[in-house]
Amino acid sequence: MKSTHTDLGPVRLSCRNVWKVYGPHPDRFFTPVSTGTDDPAAKAAGIRAKGHIVANADVSFDVHEGEIFVIMGLSGSGKSTIVRCLSRLVEPTAGAILLDGEDLLKKSTAELIEIRRHKMGMVFQSFGLMPHLNVIDNIAFPLKLQGLGEDERRARAARVIELVGLTGRERNFPNELSGGQQQRVGIARSLAVEPDVWFLDEPFSALDPLIRKQMQDEFLRIQAKLRKSIVFITHDFQEALRIADRMAIMRDGAVVQIGRPIDLILNPADDYIRAFTQDVPWESILRAIDIMEPAAGSMEGLRRVAEDAPVASLLPDLGSAAGVIVEGLDGAVLGMATARGLAASLAPGCAVANPSGSASGK
Amino acid sequence: MAWFDRTAMLWLGAIAVTLIGVFLQGRLDWLATYPETGILPVADLLNAVSNWIVRHFAWLFQGMSALLECPIKGIQQVLQALPWSVAMFLFCLAAYAASGWRLALFTLGASAYMLVIGAWDAGMNTLSLVAISVPSAILVGFAIGVWGFRSRRAERIIMPTLDILQTVPTFAYLLPILMLFGFGTVVGLISSILYSFPPMVRNTLVGLRSVAPEVIESGLMAGATGRQLFWQVRVPSARRQLMLGVNQATMASLSMVIIASVIGGTADLGWEVLSTIRKAQFGESLLVGLVIALMAMVIDRVSSSFAEGSDRPGQTTHRRRLWLIAALGAVLVYGASLVAPILNDWPAAFRFNPAPMMNEALSSFITTFRTQIEMVKTAAFYFVMLPAKIGLQGAVSPFTWGFALTPLHQLTYAAGMIALALWSSRRGSPKIGIAVLIFAVIIYFGLTGLPWPALILIIALVAHGIGGAPMATGTAMGLLFIVVTGNWPAAVLSIYLCGIAVVIAFTLGTAIGIWAAQNDRVSAIVRPINDTLQTMPLFVILIPFVMVFKIGDFTALLAIIAYAIVPAIRYGEHGLRGLPETVIEAARMIGATPRQMLWQVKIPLALPVMMLGLNQTILHGIAMLVIAALVGAAGLEQTVYIALTDGNVGQGLIAGLAIAIIAIIADRMTSGWSRNRQAALGFGAR
Repeated sequence: MKSTHTDLGPVRLSCRNVWKVYGPHPDRFFTPVSTGTDDPAAKAAGIRAKGHIVANADVSFDVHEGEIFVIMGLSGSGKSTIVRCLSRLVEPTAGAILLDGEDLLKKSTAELIEIRRHKMGMVFQSFGLMPHLNVIDNIAFPLKLQGLGEDERRARAARVIELVGLTGRERNFPNELSGGQQQRVGIARSLAVEPDVWFLDEPFSALDPLIRKQMQDEFLRIQAKLRKSIVFITHDFQEALRIADRMAIMRDGAVVQIGRPIDLILNPADDYIRAFTQDVPWESILRAIDIMEPAAGSMEGLRRVAEDAPVASLLPDLGSAAGVIVEGLDGAVLGMATARGLAASLAPGCAVANPSGSASGK
Repeated sequence: MAWFDRTAMLWLGAIAVTLIGVFLQGRLDWLATYPETGILPVADLLNAVSNWIVRHFAWLFQGMSALLECPIKGIQQVLQALPWSVAMFLFCLAAYAASGWRLALFTLGASAYMLVIGAWDAGMNTLSLVAISVPSAILVGFAIGVWGFRSRRAERIIMPTLDILQTVPTFAYLLPILMLFGFGTVVGLISSILYSFPPMVRNTLVGLRSVAPEVIESGLMAGATGRQLFWQVRVPSARRQLMLGVNQATMASLSMVIIASVIGGTADLGWEVLSTIRKAQFGESLLVGLVIALMAMVIDRVSSSFAEGSDRPGQTTHRRRLWLIAALGAVLVYGASLVAPILNDWPAAFRFNPAPMMNEALSSFITTFRTQIEMVKTAAFYFVMLPAKIGLQGAVSPFTWGFALTPLHQLTYAAGMIALALWSSRRGSPKIGIAVLIFAVIIYFGLTGLPWPALILIIALVAHGIGGAPMATGTAMGLLFIVVTGNWPAAVLSIYLCGIAVVIAFTLGTAIGIWAAQNDRVSAIVRPINDTLQTMPLFVILIPFVMVFKIGDFTALLAIIAYAIVPAIRYGEHGLRGLPETVIEAARMIGATPRQMLWQVKIPLALPVMMLGLNQTILHGIAMLVIAALVGAAGLEQTVYIALTDGNVGQGLIAGLAIAIIAIIADRMTSGWSRNRQAALGFGAR
């Protein structure tokens, strides 16, 4: 259920030039004089040379309303640290985190607790369930901390239990559930407070491949319904492709490239990205709208296809006829997909104009 | 071979120094015994301090004592006044709630036994002390554990203090408490709390620390405040570990309550056992000892079942129903006991007392088998204990071995040992050769025959090999403290007795453990025996040995072996069974025969775990050694015990500290070796 339209909503969460440095004196590198002026890569190298660990180096991105923003990176790339910086589980060394325009880093502990109680939800890789509480109490736990009465807690928990498909399991304890079911509890718990911003830190990495696929589908179904603003962390490129509206790839604490999955496949910023993308079957990722050109010439007798039709299904038409007509979800003609357009979009460096104009490459 | 060049030369040098020392000590007296003029008056100093405190603060401690006396007396009276039938019903119900009807039946049997042999009142007195000391120990332990969890600096103070509290022999800290609080049950209570809170602290620390970071993070993301995070996330998540602490604290408390009866005036189970042993009424002491053992088993099962069950707290309605049954049932049984007095007071006429019969059977057994018993005793004495104590040079005489030691014998011994050392350093490693040489020297001259500087040098060198310069310095300093306080001769006697016991217990125990690891049936037989020995208060283990072999070194030796063998067996089995499956499979695929598998794959890999077993064997041995003073062990433990009866606080504390020092050195060395070895095998810290 990826949104086909690429026009992005307003920005909910913005990560601006965030640094996280571990070591004896991390603050020393961020005196007011030396902020952001020099090249981040050179600066990170300088900090590392002084025996400090740079977990995040000048990370910036925006998460828009209702968008699934995936951060993909291998282990040690800093992806888990950055999502913890966003929720201030980890205190960033420098930079700003703007939630609805307000800087999270300037909030007091009490304000932060309020924000976490009402605006944020988080799902963890190894679930992070309370071993001493059963399913319904685990899910209602954040509500209990808020001081809500038992009846309201139970009622609200029951609603999310149904949403994640755990009905009938309310009285079980975590150690009686399978991994997939435990993560459903984790998801339900993070949704019980009805957050605006939803963080998922490798939520499906601990699951079997088959269960993982099933949980991804469930996740997309829930998101289609709730339309949260999501930051989703994963080390699995295929998972990122399946889920992301937009994605960022991280390496050594820095963002290498941000864009729609198709942008990354068609225009990898460097060899590192290309190493991920080269084995991706482009014909299953590429959709009609991605190779579309403005309508020109006669369109008589051409097949009409939906804008999100995979290119693989168009190949016979592209080979024999002049192309196909691409129509929007409302039936209006948007343009034509042709063999020439396909060739143009696959040729490195000359992709068709990207209608959203979103940042590709940094 | 780089190792051989430096370290081996160092060791050969040490052996040379030892030999020179042995030959010089006839001429230089200070080598043989540390001169009395050089003994630092630490004991006197401590006595002065304690006298001063007693003189000026006696009112404070007497007041505290009186205050603490109240709840003990209160609980004692309640338990005594309660008809036995009501108490028994409640015990069984608690056992049922903890684990089910099997444990309830066992509890019923155990308490019925206590009733029938007439130990009910003494049992209730013991229980009332435990009932006060356990909650206090848990509260204190939890609070200190939380403090250590909050502040790393506090932890750095707490951990070594716990080490000392747990290794200083219990008798040693009965003493100052006795001086401060005067005779009475309060001494038992306080020493029991002091002895049983350390495990609670350790478990609290470990439990709070080891809560998964994601659980904490999820609590934070749920918007928990600091207090909510601690009480609603961290503490409940650590519940299992905390309950383990409760279990350990309870067992320690029971054990100490029994030991504390040495000071008398308590009329509890421990006192019964001790006074009957002293009167040589072994039948009686065995019967009461069995009560203690049964009580320990019941309490252990109940508290550990609660610990295991705490993972999944039962339904609240279920728990409410149990409370209701408890209240209703107690009232009902109480009513019945008003109608039928037998339910209230078990008539003395119905008591079952097989003790006189048992005493008779025992004495007839001893008279029948006197020669055999004496033979075992003398053989062990002449061929094992004496050589270790005074060496072959002293032990071999026409009177003991049937011949005198001639120069020819000496020469043969020396040549044989050197040849063995050379052979084993060629076949194995130079380390083994050195070890053989040192062993040969010690066996020839005896532990007491070696000059103290040589013995300290050897031990410090071993420490150096394991933990480098810091461990060597610490070891040498600790041992020198024992020397300058004048406790060295007694310490050597302790090391000798405990050393023999540990060597025998470890060899035998590891062999049994290996056997049990290969054979499920053996394992099934050995396990319950181990469990029982482990939960048994140390006191009780003495009884059967003292019955047959009377008071003396040999009895102490057997008791120590019986207690210290348990960890050797456990770790032996655990080490072999816990090996990574892939290694075993690989070895099988290469075509290892079962024998090759055992000796060339399993045992070398399991060695670090077995060494942890040695560590525990030593610590268990020292714990039992201290109690063995009651049946005639002659080392530091005897010094402590005598100081206790004399009220000599300074001497008791210092001798106790000396035992603690020996225990801590042994602990650091064996666990350090095990860690090094595991790192070398790439198993990581286990």
